[in-house]
Amino acid sequence: MSEMKKIKNLKEFSTSADRFEGANLLCPGCAHSIIVREVLNATNDDLILAASTGCLEVCTAVYPYTSWDASWIHIGFENGSSAVAGAEAMYKALKTKGRLKQPDRTPKFVAFGGDGATYDIGFQWISGCFERGHNMMYVCLDNEVYANTGGQRSSSTPIGASATTTPAGRVSYGEKRNKKDMMAIMAAHGAPYVAQVAPNKWKDMVAKIQKGFEAEGPVYINAMSACTTEWKFAPEDTIAISDLATDSLVFPLYEIIDGTKLNITYRPKNIIPVRDYLGAQGRFKHLFTKQNEYLIDEWQARIDKQWDYLQRREEASV
Amino acid sequence: MADTMELRDIEVWDGNMAASHALRQAQVDVVAAYPITPSTPIVENYANFTANGYVDGEFVMTESEHGAMSCCIGAAAAGGRVATATSSQGFALMVETLYSASGMRLPIVLNVVNRALGAPLNVNGDHSDMYLGRDSGWIQLDAYCPQEAYDMNFIAFRVTEDHDVRLPAIVNQDGFMTSHTAQGVKTLSDEVAYKFVGEYKPMNDMLDLDHPVTHGVQTEEDWHFEHKARQQHALMTIVIPKIEAAFADFEKLTGRKYNIVETYNMEDAEVAVVCMGTSVETAREVAVEMREQHGIKAGVIGIRVFRPWPLQQIAAALKDVKAVGLLDRSSPHGAMGTLYNEVSGALFNTDTKAVLTNYIYGLGGRDLTKAHLTAIFKELKANADAGKPTTPLQQYIGLRGPKLSFF
Repeated sequence: MSEMKKIKNLKEFSTSADRFEGANLLCPGCAHSIIVREVLNATNDDLILAASTGCLEVCTAVYPYTSWDASWIHIGFENGSSAVAGAEAMYKALKTKGRLKQPDRTPKFVAFGGDGATYDIGFQWISGCFERGHNMMYVCLDNEVYANTGGQRSSSTPIGASATTTPAGRVSYGEKRNKKDMMAIMAAHGAPYVAQVAPNKWKDMVAKIQKGFEAEGPVYINAMSACTTEWKFAPEDTIAISDLATDSLVFPLYEIIDGTKLNITYRPKNIIPVRDYLGAQGRFKHLFTKQNEYLIDEWQARIDKQWDYLQRREEASV
Repeated sequence: MADTMELRDIEVWDGNMAASHALRQAQVDVVAAYPITPSTPIVENYANFTANGYVDGEFVMTESEHGAMSCCIGAAAAGGRVATATSSQGFALMVETLYSASGMRLPIVLNVVNRALGAPLNVNGDHSDMYLGRDSGWIQLDAYCPQEAYDMNFIAFRVTEDHDVRLPAIVNQDGFMTSHTAQGVKTLSDEVAYKFVGEYKPMNDMLDLDHPVTHGVQTEEDWHFEHKARQQHALMTIVIPKIEAAFADFEKLTGRKYNIVETYNMEDAEVAVVCMGTSVETAREVAVEMREQHGIKAGVIGIRVFRPWPLQQIAAALKDVKAVGLLDRSSPHGAMGTLYNEVSGALFNTDTKAVLTNYIYGLGGRDLTKAHLTAIFKELKANADAGKPTTPLQQYIGLRGPKLSFF
């Protein structure tokens, strides 16, 4: 049977089962490592992990070293989902055939990918895995940019962000399109559990990861991952920026159960203006000019509308 | 427990059915696949076996060939027997992951039912896909008929899963000409077939929960070269002896003898053609006619193992021949054909001074007729007599319109 942890406090949590080593090459202040640790530490069960090509992958498995004290596989940029799905299929086959080496243990299958690997290049593979109903969790480390390759836009990059392929310039305010709604798309697959999480709200996150591990079938987790390098903030401010993101409702924390039932899981006591979130990051610096300031108002209106929509969904229980 | 299927000693199967039964009898743990003409029936037959209780492994119908091979890689790394099938465009879509599978040293058997690559789109047989995979680090075996499509799968499992090898293996067969042409196939019982393939022995398996492993690491200029060199070392020194050993065991079991290079009437041959797939059988027939009706001592060399390239065996087989026609069933797109180049390479530093010419034929499923082969053997005889090429080095055979040739 699946074994979930009782977690009392942050100290105990952060120092429990260390299956992701601190010895890795991620940038100081990178939220990826915090998220990965929170996901892995949410269970005592064995883990079979995959990563798509990206920051997490290149920084944690550079031969002859590995940061992973659980079985881990990387193939390419687009197919972390399929890699873990293949391993899960093999687990089922060997279980049927009675060839598992540790038949009484129930490993969990988790794939990690950045937003480039998830929203863009790996989208088809993820969709295939979810449609087929593999018993797996897919965690998107959403930093809204191709960070590993130096900050190119992805379809998760929000309006007005300056990325290296959508730079802000004399006649451009940067990215022109709003980010793709992956949560809705994954819920539309009929997945038993879909949730948005943020590393600063660790109790909320652990609760969701544990729910995800208990669900039967494919689970999608969209994890906001503040990127010190590409969002352009000081490395020590990762959690502060994450707080601005969740408390301004730019990254609302919610879950969708069985493709339809939406619950908001975090309601900030004091909702802060989106302006404060944008203003804390270099990637939005150019919005704070006379020419572009209207975009900040549009941002606020869009976030208000999104929050209103989520609340109405929750109220209507759909 | 999967049900056993009672087979007759000889079944009338096409190449696809033969391959499907081989996968069933090998009791593959995970088949992850995507349908594409002309390999689709392999996947359909296997689905039927699964639906009727003859397979107890997992059958994963993916959203694309890339997804199929990605799942195969994950499954193989997890630690069990893995196989799939594809053709042409689907194979092309898989190429990225083919390099991953071989670089990660994962045993996987891939049936490639050879088909042309577009554009123009074409569903018929040629060897464009086989050639596309030639630098991918996979072992490539070639079957010329349904019987061989059946047999080569058992050989492939034996070799790919050998712990000294751990390189994935392709079994090629010609689209439609083999895959959809029913012939008598001598069968093995389920028990005997499985015994030949053997129990899967896991190595560095992700599912051994007490021994976590990291698969698919990053290396740069510090280690990448050593990894690739080690793979080449295995391909060049270990694989051929392992295939020979598997062939020898298979002959003991079935009486069917296979060779790294299949020679036919080569003992005293003055001229020879080198080819692959169904063309080998046609060429053998014509070679007999050349001797009986035209007094030309003709022989045929069929490539059984395309990768690793059996350079020494080819050189030995051709050492006394005066003229050789290299028959490539793929557009060389701006070069000489692959067989021409590689056979040239095999002979260049030897004492053999055979005249080599290249024939491009059968693209997109165009027939190679006995008349074509008769004309080729006559040209080769003229080359042998002259001691130099009497025709252009590269000629297109069976093409509509004016003759096309180069060099």
